[in-house]
Amino acid sequence: MIHTEKLTKTFQVKKETVEAVKGVDIDVAPGELVAFLGPNGAGKSTTLRMLTTLLRPTSGSATVAGVDVAADPAGVRARIGYIGQGNGGGHSFRVIDELVMQGRFYGMNTSDATARAQELLHSLDLADLAKRTVIKLSGGQRRRMDVALGLMHSPRLLFLDEPSTGMDPQNRANLWDHIMRLRQEHGTTIVLTTHYMDEADSMSERVIVIDHGRIIADDTAARLKANLAGDLLAVEVAAESAPGVRGLLGRAAAGGEVQENRLDGVVTFRLRLPEGARIAPSLLKDMNDAGAPAQSIELKPPTLDDVFLELTGRNLREGANQ
Amino acid sequence: MFLGLFGPLLGASVGAPAFGGQSTLQWFLPGVVVMIALFGTSMTGSNLQYELMTGSYERILATPLSRSSLMIGRALKEWAPLVLQGLLIALVCIPFGFVFHPLHVLLGLVILGIFGIGLGALSYSLALVSQNKEWIFWGVQQTLLFPLMILSGIMLPIEAGPAWMKTASLFNPLTYLVNAERELFAGTIGGHTLWGLVAAAVTAAVGLAVGIRTISRDIR
Repeated sequence: MIHTEKLTKTFQVKKETVEAVKGVDIDVAPGELVAFLGPNGAGKSTTLRMLTTLLRPTSGSATVAGVDVAADPAGVRARIGYIGQGNGGGHSFRVIDELVMQGRFYGMNTSDATARAQELLHSLDLADLAKRTVIKLSGGQRRRMDVALGLMHSPRLLFLDEPSTGMDPQNRANLWDHIMRLRQEHGTTIVLTTHYMDEADSMSERVIVIDHGRIIADDTAARLKANLAGDLLAVEVAAESAPGVRGLLGRAAAGGEVQENRLDGVVTFRLRLPEGARIAPSLLKDMNDAGAPAQSIELKPPTLDDVFLELTGRNLREGANQ
Repeated sequence: MFLGLFGPLLGASVGAPAFGGQSTLQWFLPGVVVMIALFGTSMTGSNLQYELMTGSYERILATPLSRSSLMIGRALKEWAPLVLQGLLIALVCIPFGFVFHPLHVLLGLVILGIFGIGLGALSYSLALVSQNKEWIFWGVQQTLLFPLMILSGIMLPIEAGPAWMKTASLFNPLTYLVNAERELFAGTIGGHTLWGLVAAAVTAAVGLAVGIRTISRDIR
């Protein structure tokens, strides 16, 4: 569905050349749900805007939905849906009119566009608002209208740029319900950008981590976490047992760092364990056998933030402030 | 408003002979219609600025809509109400001695529409170039608008001015437009009309060329 080779974008900002995207190779198969994850300014949106023909690549090539973005941008635009960061509806127009007009932009006739608009208004819970002007909609309603606008021509490939930024949790969940249903029912390929790691984590099958204009990781969220971060294990033992445990845990960590904290006769060890949930039971048994039983344990699954930290040495939020 | 307040003043202070034997109203009204078109279509970009901020312009850019139809559509949207305004003003002025030639006036409005597409596209480009700096848009628009207007003889006959003004007015497409409208509103079609049409067509061609080039700087 998408294939890029060494896609690059540089901007001139006050006579300085800024490399926003530095040679990105991406392949997306039909039906995939892919999230570009990275801090603000990482190059996610710039990449997305090149794929949607809103920005011309400085160098490299991209084929989107079978069409080259440089050779036939209008052909790409006809085959994709794009939901940008802002609100797409013109403020002074009625919801239904904007939807029908959007359909007309894609070459639909008025009656088809009207029928399609009604269908979308129903499935996005906007049916009662069809005749309202856009400016009178709430934030969540506007965002659902944006989704409706992006879906008017039933694209096989949908791009969403920061779809849920600034939404409250309930509206976010609601928006995601709609997107997931769309995917289930029509097999739509979906590419989105986000700086919410939990969103990339729970919703996408595949996460492409972008930082400083480069792809630094590309895998399923589960594998990224297992390979790059591992579960965080905290074990408490009595202080006198600590020396016996130290070697055992060191071997389990396989070269990873083992932190040690002593407080009131109790020592707490903290370490990263790939597939920690599977290893922990036998580790506890080994500790018992060594005469150093654990007093308590805590096993925390990793987050994508941990992955980002592992990859870049910064966490996503710090990255956002740079 | 201009017709009601400025018109009589003009007639009293300049005197009828300056208007080529026409009544003040017959001379001044076409100018006012041009002025309305000038103000209206040069504002095309200001509506665009708002849509640049909300994201609805970006949404439209992401559709397969052709770039020239985007600009023409926007300019015509500003021009459509002008047709109504122009006709309304003409009708209101009939009781005050204005002679209304419907077909000529219609042709005049079409010429204005062509001119409006060009000016609208230029205004559109200006809004794109001054994105995130609204004051630049207004600064440039106002700085250009008034000299263009005064040097076209909309308000006062340019023949009464010094020679340099007459020369300057020859380089102003608006001059030809105003002359064409005056000829048409008087119920005749002649050389001025043709020159007006040429000026309008040139403005439209230049405007669209500049506009499409501006949009295509980053996007195609």
